[in-house]
Amino acid sequence: MQNYSVFSLVKNAFTNHENWEVAWKDPEPKKEYDVIIVGGGGHGLATAYYLAKEHGITNVAILEKGWIGGGNVGRNTTILRSNYMFDSNAHFYEFGMKLWETLSQELNYNVMYSSRGIINLAHSDAQMNAYARRGNSMRLNGIDAILLGRDDLKKMIPFADFSDTCRFPIHGGLMQPRGGTARHDAVAWGYARQADSMGVDIIQNCEVTGFDVNNGKIEGVQTSRGNIKTKKVGLCVAGSTTLLADMLNMRLPIEAHVLQACVSEPVKPLLHQVVTFGAGHFYCSQSDKGEMVMGGDLDGYNSYAQRGNMPMIQHVLTGGLAVFPNFSRLKMLRTWGGIMDMSMDGSPIIDKTHIEGVYLNCGWCYGGFKATPSSGFVFAHTIAQDQVHKLNSDFNLERFHSGKIIDEKGVGPKPWIG
Amino acid sequence: MLEIKCPFCGKRSQNEFSYGGDATIQRPQLGEEISTEDWDNFVYFRDNPRGKHSELWHHVSGCRQWFKVLRDTATHEIFDTCKMNEDLNDQ
Repeated sequence: MQNYSVFSLVKNAFTNHENWEVAWKDPEPKKEYDVIIVGGGGHGLATAYYLAKEHGITNVAILEKGWIGGGNVGRNTTILRSNYMFDSNAHFYEFGMKLWETLSQELNYNVMYSSRGIINLAHSDAQMNAYARRGNSMRLNGIDAILLGRDDLKKMIPFADFSDTCRFPIHGGLMQPRGGTARHDAVAWGYARQADSMGVDIIQNCEVTGFDVNNGKIEGVQTSRGNIKTKKVGLCVAGSTTLLADMLNMRLPIEAHVLQACVSEPVKPLLHQVVTFGAGHFYCSQSDKGEMVMGGDLDGYNSYAQRGNMPMIQHVLTGGLAVFPNFSRLKMLRTWGGIMDMSMDGSPIIDKTHIEGVYLNCGWCYGGFKATPSSGFVFAHTIAQDQVHKLNSDFNLERFHSGKIIDEKGVGPKPWIG
Repeated sequence: MLEIKCPFCGKRSQNEFSYGGDATIQRPQLGEEISTEDWDNFVYFRDNPRGKHSELWHHVSGCRQWFKVLRDTATHEIFDTCKMNEDLNDQ
């Protein structure tokens, strides 16, 4: 594989950049693989990469019904953070943050990790108390957290509404300085390129249409490009999880919902952190191109449509204008939607299943992007060793029977309310 | 914008309604022996189809009645709505 560096850039400049190697191949599916990963999004690509790198399993295929990076890994708002209070989440996402910090070097691909900091605004004394508690929990778990006062925030985001008459005055906030953003497409492409270089077959336009299960064991998958034998299958299909689980007679604590995001026209550098509004659901960061990248609530009803509806965009941006009134003059460039696999406690499921050789990775709700490296790492371990890693041992299916749910937000099993 | 026909008020815009989730879930009958698995299924497990979905909506900014809706989760087409004590027409 060609190494990307300033020298290779200069060298290829002499030939008008016409002789770069392809970043990954376009192979025909083989008859049999050791492991098949269904879903060529960030999590699937990362899983294949760590299977090859950490476990030496390279006879692996990724089956993607569309094109890699065309689903949620290309539709999110690129936010990275590990500002969780519960231990299971804190340890898992902090492990991921550490992977993000060196990911560009590891993949030899610039994922544009930007540790610009993420700020959750607080709008009441009670919310400040809750943030202080969460910040302390984070620090006890070795995660960086700073409690900010109103005057600190006046310096950091002076254009926010600090007037005396606003409906939700800014009391302060909780900041994770190492949180930030990364270039989402680059994450998918970087993992794809490295996985491909180690022998993983990335097979696009290949939809899984069925599974061959015999005596409780997986024997192969049926696809739109023929049947493929395998002894292990990992499902990383986010919003389409239930559609595949139905083929395996698995009923899951998952509902599909559409989440929208939008970007404004590009403007000069203004917002230097990721900021979330604490009195509604609105979050925003400024991309390197200058666009304001904004998101908020689910549309609010079950949906498999990768497009959203205007009332929720209006609702989210109303919240946005409450905190950043000067955004009212921004023109909107585009909006889009992605299908979230909303789990019933808001936390993911990374586990073995009742079928031997079938492994499940789902339930990411709106938080899947930041988990890409850590999810891939522990899922690869779960598949390769046929047992869960200690970091995903709490993200099991059994918790919906045992009662040991991980409800960080505490909203109950109604995802559209959260 | 969805247009939803409230069985009491007629067609209104989506802004007047709030969502109540899967309409097919049945609470386990009280007074009978209920296994923990029945409770788990009631609380956490869903059919989550891609296609026709029976669901509850609440006309929260209107007559404040709950009612049933049969809607396609991929196209958002609404096939039928009815009162809570009626059955949806799935034709």
